[in-house]
Amino acid sequence: MQAADPTKTFERVSEMTEETASAVTKATARVKRGLAEMLRGGVIMDVVTADQAKIAEDAGAVAVMALERVPADIRRDGGVARMSDPALIEEIQAAVSIPVMAKARIGHFVEAQILEALQVDYIDESEVLTPADEAYHIDKWRFSVPFVCGATNLGEALRRVSEGAALIRSKGEAGTGNVVEAVRHLRSIVGDIKKITQADSAELHGWAKELRAPYELVAEIAATGKLPVPLFCAGGIATPADAALVMQLGAEACFVGSGIFKSGDPAKRARAIVEATTHYQDATILAKVSRNLGVPMVGIEMDKVDVHLAERGW
Amino acid sequence: MEARLVKLPGELKGVTHLVIPGGESTAISLLLRSSELLEPVAEFAAGGGALFGTCAGMIILASEIIDGRSDQVALGAIDITVRRNGFGRQVNSFEADLRVQGIPGRPMTVAFIRAPVVTRVGPDVSVLASVRYEFPDGGDQEVPAVCRSRNVLVSSFHPEVTGDDRLHKLFLESF
Repeated sequence: MQAADPTKTFERVSEMTEETASAVTKATARVKRGLAEMLRGGVIMDVVTADQAKIAEDAGAVAVMALERVPADIRRDGGVARMSDPALIEEIQAAVSIPVMAKARIGHFVEAQILEALQVDYIDESEVLTPADEAYHIDKWRFSVPFVCGATNLGEALRRVSEGAALIRSKGEAGTGNVVEAVRHLRSIVGDIKKITQADSAELHGWAKELRAPYELVAEIAATGKLPVPLFCAGGIATPADAALVMQLGAEACFVGSGIFKSGDPAKRARAIVEATTHYQDATILAKVSRNLGVPMVGIEMDKVDVHLAERGW
Repeated sequence: MEARLVKLPGELKGVTHLVIPGGESTAISLLLRSSELLEPVAEFAAGGGALFGTCAGMIILASEIIDGRSDQVALGAIDITVRRNGFGRQVNSFEADLRVQGIPGRPMTVAFIRAPVVTRVGPDVSVLASVRYEFPDGGDQEVPAVCRSRNVLVSSFHPEVTGDDRLHKLFLESF
């Protein structure tokens, strides 16, 4: 390795040759997964207004999820939860410079077509909304916009990847402020990945059968030791410590839904969760950012939850 | 050669080559400040330390940012102007094959993801590669994709997403 040489000068390229002319290819799997890779180490926040989106961006969110209601309110209000009003999504897109994601119902490929026409940066085919199809998820390969999908276990994650998902998140139990389900899902996914890396070639076929997932994806995990797409965590994260917990368990980034804007001081809590996600292995910093955050989201225990959103999708 | 993750000022000690990677430049700006890294990194750049910025990292190292937030960091380590998300939203993200000066052999296949566009290059900056792109408002244009100054290398794409390490190699060997 050489030190920089201050006397060295470089020829300025004023005219590019024909050789530099390049063919441009859009919407490849690498480009779709690539955006998720760039969000790693960050926090994606649910927002329902342009003002909340600005608070999220000010706090250091790497993306926002544009919604009409956060999961806690969907849970409280009941009824059918659908894609957000395009006007709201456009307002939020105009308010911030970071990526804007939006949710479509499971299997509702027309909602996804609309979200693609709006040029959202990621579509979340989400169990938080009421499923539109009881048999099939969206064929995500047909879209230019990348998709994120929830999963409770490795088999579900790989089925979504084989349908074209470019990012997997744990489902957790959205809108509860209780991280226990997200931890269960993450441990299950990460645990099975570890086991597969120890399996011999005959056992891999058994794993594919058991997981109800394509053999090729199982073999890829055996070779690489990780999912073919990034793995993020969602569902019930309410504190900086929750965010650091799921990061230490192997999540590469966090989605925070109701946990921020259902708390007493959203701006401060949002900022603290961002710093905790960055410095997730540094308990001194975690202690510092966890101080005086005001009232957290109240949260619900699992045996008090009447609708289990994580059971939607298969 | 040893690679190290730098999240806090102390971790910068002894570093000869610093990579500022992709991500969201607004979030990176905020964390540079809250982690008290902004001054040490600025000093590293001013002292002639070798820097490589990719995508968001290029924005952080630039001298001027168009379409950014007023409070976001532009270290001015390299004399270029960049337009954030200049190629458009994610549906317009793309892969391209580029010839890069100083990298012989096959072209590099690289990924531009919500990438910045270099709109101005200062007199002491050389352009090592450029990309042709059909801009919705400005038509077919060729814009710089890799630039360098004495101690700073920047690319508007992510070389690591497509797994070609030759630009990193160039950074380590000639800076």
